[in-house]
Amino acid sequence: MSAQEKSMSVSDEMMIEMNGVHKWYGQFHVLKNINLTVKRGERIVICGPSGSGKSTLIRCINRLEEHQQGEIIVEGTELTGNLKHIEQIRREVGMVFQHFNLFPHLTVMENCTLAPIWVRHMPKQEAEELAMNYLRQVKIPEQAEKFPGQLSGGQQQRAAIARSLCMRPKVMLFDEPTSALDPEMIKEVLDIMIELARDGMTMICVTHEMGFAKTVANRVIFMDGGEIIEQNEPEEFFANPKNERTQLFLSQILQH
Amino acid sequence: MQQQYEAGRHPDLPPPLVERGAVKWVRDNFFSNATSIVLTAVAVYFLYKVVPPFVEWAFVDAVWDAHHRNECRAKGEGACWAVLRARIAQFTYGFYPAHLYWRVNTAFVLLFIALAPLLFEHVPGRRYLLWFSLAYPVLAFFLLWGGLGLEPVESAKFGGFLLTIVIGVTGIIGSLPLGILLALGRRSRLLIVHTISVAFIEFVRGVPLITLLFIASTLLNYFLPPGTYFDLLLRVLIMVTLFASAYLAEVIRGGLAGIPKGQFEAADSLGLGYWKSMRLVILPQALHISIPNIVNTFIGLYKDTTLVVIVGLADPLGISRATLADSKWQGLSTEIYIAIAVFFFVSCFAMSRYSLYLEKKLHTGH
Amino acid sequence: MTGETTVFPNPLRWALGLWRDQKHRGTIIQIMALVALLLFIGIIIRNTAINLQALGLEIGYDFLTEPANYDINQHLIDYNSLSSHLRATVVGIINTALVSVCGIILATVIGLFAGILRLSKNWLVSRIMYAYVEFGRNVPVLLQILLFHALIIHTLPHPRASLSPMDGVFLSNRGFYVPQPVLEPAAWAILAALVIAVAAAWWFAGHAKRVQENTGRHYPVFTINLALIIGLPLLAFFLAGRPIGLDFPQLKGFNYQGGMVLRPEFTALWFALSFYAGAYIAELVRAGILAISRGQTEAAYSLGLRPNWTMRLVILPQAMRVMVPPLISQYLGLIKDSSLAIVIGYMDIVATIGGISLNQTGRALECMSITLFIYLGISLGVSTVMNWYNRRVALVGS
Repeated sequence: MSAQEKSMSVSDEMMIEMNGVHKWYGQFHVLKNINLTVKRGERIVICGPSGSGKSTLIRCINRLEEHQQGEIIVEGTELTGNLKHIEQIRREVGMVFQHFNLFPHLTVMENCTLAPIWVRHMPKQEAEELAMNYLRQVKIPEQAEKFPGQLSGGQQQRAAIARSLCMRPKVMLFDEPTSALDPEMIKEVLDIMIELARDGMTMICVTHEMGFAKTVANRVIFMDGGEIIEQNEPEEFFANPKNERTQLFLSQILQH
Repeated sequence: MQQQYEAGRHPDLPPPLVERGAVKWVRDNFFSNATSIVLTAVAVYFLYKVVPPFVEWAFVDAVWDAHHRNECRAKGEGACWAVLRARIAQFTYGFYPAHLYWRVNTAFVLLFIALAPLLFEHVPGRRYLLWFSLAYPVLAFFLLWGGLGLEPVESAKFGGFLLTIVIGVTGIIGSLPLGILLALGRRSRLLIVHTISVAFIEFVRGVPLITLLFIASTLLNYFLPPGTYFDLLLRVLIMVTLFASAYLAEVIRGGLAGIPKGQFEAADSLGLGYWKSMRLVILPQALHISIPNIVNTFIGLYKDTTLVVIVGLADPLGISRATLADSKWQGLSTEIYIAIAVFFFVSCFAMSRYSLYLEKKLHTGH
Repeated sequence: MTGETTVFPNPLRWALGLWRDQKHRGTIIQIMALVALLLFIGIIIRNTAINLQALGLEIGYDFLTEPANYDINQHLIDYNSLSSHLRATVVGIINTALVSVCGIILATVIGLFAGILRLSKNWLVSRIMYAYVEFGRNVPVLLQILLFHALIIHTLPHPRASLSPMDGVFLSNRGFYVPQPVLEPAAWAILAALVIAVAAAWWFAGHAKRVQENTGRHYPVFTINLALIIGLPLLAFFLAGRPIGLDFPQLKGFNYQGGMVLRPEFTALWFALSFYAGAYIAELVRAGILAISRGQTEAAYSLGLRPNWTMRLVILPQAMRVMVPPLISQYLGLIKDSSLAIVIGYMDIVATIGGISLNQTGRALECMSITLFIYLGISLGVSTVMNWYNRRVALVGS
């Protein structure tokens, strides 16, 4: 994607706003004063050493984790204990997990139609047509009637992406989507994600795939010790990292 | 307004007060939502209704010192633990001659010495102790029943917890070799051997232990050659052993199923025969991973020894029957049963903790 | 090197050759096992025959039709001391079935509650459940039966001073007395209403599913069906002029008359078996739920599914696969443990045919064989159901 192509899809509409967010696990301070805004159509890659709080950060956005200070606003709705709001936000925010988390007792098709039928109250046939569309988009339409256990890792992750897309989310969160995959399967998942980006999906990805970051991201964020250390456009971020911790991290990860 | 820090310099702060220490703990654990508040209320009410009256009955108003039930009742409203003090010897040894208690005690202490090398891997002198473990059953037999210059004691005199332990330990020791054979038989490709093993295992697991004990008490002597006579304890021991062996066989079969196929192939490729590869390669591993479940089977067997009261042996429940039939102590069944329950609870709980510890150790891959 | 290639007709060497051949060795072992088994059975039969002859006994099942000459205090079918041993056996089987079915239901309820509460975030509740589970599993079931029995006999008052927590319910050491429903002829209307309600609920569930598939609309199926099944018979009850009366127990002399009684033996056995099995079931439920990884819940939540639907559509279907096989063996265990009824005088299979009938007729072999046969039948039936279920729900591809 060219730089122009990248910035074209970004609008001024605010999708996610995090202001002064703090989180603790017991006594452990995992997120420290996080300030982050994401606009519609933006694609953000978050990287950083393990334990830096990057997964926790995106899991706070759909409240799989609870923050204890500051505010998180998704699409104009603030995330509090209000269950109605949480449900509303979760419907609009899709998530892809490191370990796929497909439902093993349901076929791929049923995995995809479960939420549209039960949450969106969609007729079964319509839900199946929708699911088939997305399964075609992730290039596994022929696997629809199989169970997750019968698919390869890459196919499972693509099925999981299709499952999320079936809810027609406005934002997609990716939590290290390729780190549990064998090398030869990483590309098939990344290709799907690049295509999604081309279509203008708002995305936040936690990943170490720096090639992917260079290709699609509008912004790369580096986190360490629960803080956002540095954020910048990918060209600048990789060419001139400002903070020494960023430099160290990049030198370690780019050596390979 | 929050203090601002330079990027990367934000210190670890303590969580806000509502997220900290006792306040958080109490809120999270007791009042995190409406359901939790209701549950807490119900639980507190339940404890209030049950615990104080029980403590009052069992401790505050309890009588420890009395010669018969009426004296107890005169002294206090609570539990009459005096009955246990009066009958402690019977509950422990049954009718074993009092001047020979030392033999039972010795056997009991030696049991732990014999068990130590089997249960724990890091025991000093384990290799020599294992020989002792092997010799223990013979030693214990002569200590308990007499012979070899020791005054003989008949089986009928055995009772109380002594009987519980004798039946439990004999059952598990006797059933181990039989259980291994049955497990191998069930996995065998030889049709007849397989069928016999399956039929035996499923038969024993399909009927209640009590029916097998009834067979021991009513039928077993019919099956023996005319003129031979086994005393009741021996017949019960045989049945308990057969019973435990069927359950152990299934446990060991589970252990065998957990051995990777490569181990069998490796043993075969070394040219070891069936028995050698089983004895040297497969069984040691299978038994090792089955130990937690063997301990669990033992706990079950140990609890099941209480059933022997039904065929008339004097285990702790048998002793309590005799005690309750005594006009001095009539009607104190609650006290006696609670005391026996506490004994079983303590010993079974300890064993189940041990089995849990073993399981954890296995999972972390020694 | 096999026996066939041996040149010298040396029998020892020939046998050794057979033994060293893998295929033949198998056959030899099989034959030896078979011979040993037949010999063993033969010896037992011979010994038994000789022993029985010496005692002047013959094997025969004719005694089953003779009068049993003993009373059974709880019988759901007609029975008196002149009834045959066979009928006593049937009463025993019914009593075993009654306490087993009641026990299985109560144990499942207790186990489900305790298992779920044990996972509760509420510290106090989860600790109490932990204490219950450990007590239930570590105290012999026989002792628990005796304890419950002792508690009922010794802590509940005499019938004259019995506790009455509700109108018409009396708890005393002679048993729990509750009102007995008395059916008048018009009661069939209620039964009919119930049948219609169940049929309607069945139809509605199907209809709701079709509507959902076609239009996506959801009906609160469970609530509506519950209302149907309870409401319709209730409506019929009032329309038909309340055709079900209640016979209240009344104190006459030293005991109650009328009403229905749960005898102390039944109650103690029922509670103790449920309490014991409930503790094991609680652990199964806990393990079943824990076996479903946290990721499954998170994935369902992130799709916008509510917690209750996540439980119903994602967690329970998976937990059931893990839980049901061990659950059924718990049920089987409970049925077998119900044989301990004999210690408190509840007349089940073992107490009737395996106990008193055996003692009165002296026909140990016949009585024990019948008892064993009944239990084996039950076990075989249960394990057949279990295998069928396991095949049905086996997870594809993992």
